[in-house]
Amino acid sequence: MNKRNFFADLKKFAPLLYNLVSKDFKLKYRRSFLGVMWSILNPLFTMLVISTVFGALLKVQVKDFAAYYIVGWSLWNFFAESTTLSMSSVLSSAALIKKVYIPKYIFPLEKCLFSLVNFLFSLIAVVLVMCIQGVFEGFASFTFLLAPLPILYCLVFSIGFSLVLSALTVYFRDVMHLYSVVLTAWMYITPIIYPIEILQGHTLVETVVKCNPMYYMVDYFRQVVMYGTIPTLEHNIICIVIALCSLLLGCLIFSKAQKKFILHI
Amino acid sequence: MNVENAIELKNIEMHFNMSKEKLESLKEYFLRLVTRKLMFEDFVALDNVSFNIKKGDVFGLVGLNGSGKSTMLKIISGILTPTKGTVETVGTIAPLIELGAGFDMDLTARENIYLNGSVLGYSKKFMDEKFDEIVEFSEMREFLDTPMKNYSSGMVARIGFAIATITKPDILIVDEILAVGDFHFQEKCEKRINEMINDDTTVIIVSHSIEQIERLCKHCAWLEKGKLKMIGDAQEVCTAYKNS
Repeated sequence: MNKRNFFADLKKFAPLLYNLVSKDFKLKYRRSFLGVMWSILNPLFTMLVISTVFGALLKVQVKDFAAYYIVGWSLWNFFAESTTLSMSSVLSSAALIKKVYIPKYIFPLEKCLFSLVNFLFSLIAVVLVMCIQGVFEGFASFTFLLAPLPILYCLVFSIGFSLVLSALTVYFRDVMHLYSVVLTAWMYITPIIYPIEILQGHTLVETVVKCNPMYYMVDYFRQVVMYGTIPTLEHNIICIVIALCSLLLGCLIFSKAQKKFILHI
Repeated sequence: MNVENAIELKNIEMHFNMSKEKLESLKEYFLRLVTRKLMFEDFVALDNVSFNIKKGDVFGLVGLNGSGKSTMLKIISGILTPTKGTVETVGTIAPLIELGAGFDMDLTARENIYLNGSVLGYSKKFMDEKFDEIVEFSEMREFLDTPMKNYSSGMVARIGFAIATITKPDILIVDEILAVGDFHFQEKCEKRINEMINDDTTVIIVSHSIEQIERLCKHCAWLEKGKLKMIGDAQEVCTAYKNS
């Protein structure tokens, strides 16, 4: 077997990565009248539904609920979408994997990047809602310039997690069915439609939430975008450690599992 | 590795786990694991095969169905990792294992050409340069912006062949693909393969058409039930194979 160098491979297949992302993007909106507008409209509509139910009817006590929700939701959705798509990415590329040599990590990686592109479009909706609600602290204090940081942390975390998921799915298709439930539960232990303060007194739930990596990512993102505060060094370190651990674990599991993919797809 | 060789195969063994039923759920897996019924039948697709292919050689592989020819090609092109043994290859490999692998049928031909080019590891700039040549060769210019799901299989194969042979790879792997397309296009394909042969590309051909192997190949190997039965001059091996 030739020694396949990881970085040489990545460089050689970067155009493939680009083409796959642009293929996904084109196919997503082909034959729809509003096309890419949906990337902006979808978060807006979801925000309307949720803020009606939770903001107006259930009266969750958060200042500027619509903005609070959409900022958190957009980052959460980026994570949820990238992992969900990645999960089945190796399986659905079976035809390709069986015929040509392609480094297999390309497929989950591609889905994460595709979700990143979607997420970047949804940011337009986020900014729109923030302007309508008059939430300008993040812009006024220029902390929004730090926004790429939590996005990067979240991306790295998602890639690592996606690698694990996609490798597992090849061996056990059950993962696909299980994961949607896991995601729902996971979303509720991430403060997206409620503020972390309402958990005061519920020590157990609070501990669970504080063990949740996405809590730190979402909180970081809200701080720099909405509240104009700079997260502490400790907060940064937590995020970096989470992201790197996830990536390391993902690479380890995936590189071990991929040798036998072809026999299972 | 010997400098004269393009491919060196040493003691290649390939085993497949042929589980009686494919276990695809976690519950089943653990149940079997606990009850110790996780049984696999070992299937040996290739058994201790070693040979070398010299640079610039045109090498044929013959054998009945299920003799391990395609497994061999997949090992050479790096898709499968052998259970035992080593494969060493020099230079770029263009696999023609199945034409049009990696086409997305919802995309147009134009988009697919770029996508497939990058699947084979070509850059965008390179594909821009070669785009016209590919279209010219496949003779599909008028259908360039039609989604490929509306193509016939022959049309898909034309585009696939044109992309796969656009570079002069160091090693070209051809698996039963000359059977697609009309006779006019088949001639064109064979002509292109001949050009490559004259250009010092190492070519490996798998075919059930013995005439084709005899006509194109210099050397040939005969696989039977995963074992190397005979290797040597194409004419001799083919004659022996035909008389078996």
